[in-house]
Amino acid sequence: MDPKSKSRRELLKGGAAAVGAVAASASVSKIAFAQTPASGALPSYAENEAPMIPLTDDLIGYGVRSHYVTSKRIPSTTGYAISPDEFGLSFHVATPLQDSIGTIQASSLHYTATTKKTFIPDIDPAKHTLMIDGLVDRPRIFTMADLKRFPSVTRFHFIECNSNSAAPTDKTVQQTHGLTSNAEWTGVLLSTLFKEVGIKKEASWFVAEGAEEEKGASTIPMLKGMTDVIVAYGMNGEALRPQNGFPVRLIVPGFEGIFNTKWVRHIKAVDQYQLNMNDYGHLNRTALGAAMIYQIGPKSVITFPSGGQKLPDHGWYEITGLAWSGQAAVKNVEVSTDNGKTWHIAELKNTPHPMAHVRFGYMWNWDGGEHVILSRTTDAIGQVQPSREQLAKALGVEFTPQYRPPGNNNTIMKWKIASDGSVTNGLA
Amino acid sequence: MASLKLVPVFLLLGGAALAQTYGVGRAPTAAESAQSITLSPTGAGLPVGHGNAVEGKELYTSKSCIVCHGPEATGGVTSAPNLQAKFGPDHNAWERRGGGDQVAVRAPNAIILWDFIHRAMPLGNEGTLAPNEIYALTAYLLYVNKIIPEDQVLDQNNLTKVKMPIGNEYVRVPDWKPNSPRIPASLLKIPK
Ligand code: HEC
Repeated sequence: MDPKSKSRRELLKGGAAAVGAVAASASVSKIAFAQTPASGALPSYAENEAPMIPLTDDLIGYGVRSHYVTSKRIPSTTGYAISPDEFGLSFHVATPLQDSIGTIQASSLHYTATTKKTFIPDIDPAKHTLMIDGLVDRPRIFTMADLKRFPSVTRFHFIECNSNSAAPTDKTVQQTHGLTSNAEWTGVLLSTLFKEVGIKKEASWFVAEGAEEEKGASTIPMLKGMTDVIVAYGMNGEALRPQNGFPVRLIVPGFEGIFNTKWVRHIKAVDQYQLNMNDYGHLNRTALGAAMIYQIGPKSVITFPSGGQKLPDHGWYEITGLAWSGQAAVKNVEVSTDNGKTWHIAELKNTPHPMAHVRFGYMWNWDGGEHVILSRTTDAIGQVQPSREQLAKALGVEFTPQYRPPGNNNTIMKWKIASDGSVTNGLA
Repeated sequence: MASLKLVPVFLLLGGAALAQTYGVGRAPTAAESAQSITLSPTGAGLPVGHGNAVEGKELYTSKSCIVCHGPEATGGVTSAPNLQAKFGPDHNAWERRGGGDQVAVRAPNAIILWDFIHRAMPLGNEGTLAPNEIYALTAYLLYVNKIIPEDQVLDQNNLTKVKMPIGNEYVRVPDWKPNSPRIPASLLKIPK
């Protein structure tokens, strides 16, 4: 016999023995793990049918959330158009606020809406450009690479659709308030680009136009553009997603959603209010009506406990939610657990930023009884989120239970807690 | 002398950074500038062309507007809005009602209708209509809403002069300043 093949046979034998040893020790440890819960110690993942998450290319390359986490966006019914419609066009998609944690929405869960009924354009960033012209000294075309050569800013801002208004028929906070989201945006200030092109004195407005099918265009005050508008290419640490305007969009802090022009391709400085379709949508019969569909007011909502959720038992809970304002940072948030009779200052969970969501919390020992829980916010310029009654009074109209505030409804949201712990819409 | 003059400018702007330009980007070519579709409400920038409702009615079918917006622009076939308002000129423009944004009856300026058809319609094939076709389709939609007669020719000079039913009965967005409240104090019945 060839010594080589003998040694190979021995090797194989030894190998088999080694494998047997591993198998034996694995079954020993499996038994040990399986016994621990019975002895009152921590349970183990080893009991799961598939204890290891398979190392797919997706898991390695981009990351995948646990299959136990199933939170999803839903097509919204609160806009004036149902989406998706029979053209297959998704118009408004609401974020699952009931599951939100912290103050930003993951990019994959950020609410989306299109200016009009449009498809999401598939834009090659190497070919996309932004042209700035009109009443400027030096009209310019910027490539994406050009935009990234300018000094950047990174800021937290929320965006909210004008139609984000709670209805008594809504069941969950995703339905009542899911058309707002907050993210960390990175880009170049529009004011930096405006200095680059040299805005002429007589330019009082600018028109921003997107590259999607309907090429939605909005007229925005030049002063706003010079103050805090961002030409953003980054969102939550990565490039924008196509639904959020890839490769570049405007962030117009505090102005209702449609102004935050996605897929922005052209900005024109002009000397009067233009009349594009989007601007036409902001014309109103009354001055009040026009104001109520322009900037988002001070607003807050409790996300836990909220509609559709259930408190399993009496005892301590953190009532938590989000607060924001379209004009300033949030100054404080108050929570009531007795339908507004008494109010308690909530804890703000991070530093409030201008025109950004902030998370609040208030520890509450539920006694197992029926409660109506509310939140209200006051912003840094002193605006207080009103109740529906207070808003009607301030606007000089009669309050009835059916009262519907005009424009974006920023009034106080109510959740009803029943004695079995179930939570329902308090407006119903 | 020149450098002395510069000093106050720097102080005014709060430092050199604010006045800085970077020389990044390039001037658009004439062809690129010509791609701008943004129109002024004065009508400046409108392409030369003309059309009336008779021509527009033909185009409404041949350009497949009818497929989505229905015969006579009365809607009802898809979720695309009807383009003919429910009520006639005996109703206030805000109450004539239709589908969508009722731009044909509520726009203060016919250029909004022209501009929207130009940039957005026919959905899926936008950007394919010639200026004459857009004038004709605009005339047709104004005609079915009883705003202009069937034989009126619209062109780059008279489009913005069409007398729209809304008249002056509309308000645009309020003036904006940093830190200005959402609801201007003048509109509150009980001052805060
Ligand atoms: C594939 C379907 C489709 C076709 C074809 C189509 N449209 Fe539309 N149109 C729509 C949809 C959908 C909207 C609603 C857009 C929105 O609300 O954002 C619309 C909106 C409009 C509006 C704005 C109405 C309003 O008041 O909101 C006008 C005007 C219009 N279309 C004109 C036309 C004309 C003219 C044609 C033919 C050249 C045409 N459309 C072809 C689907 C279509």
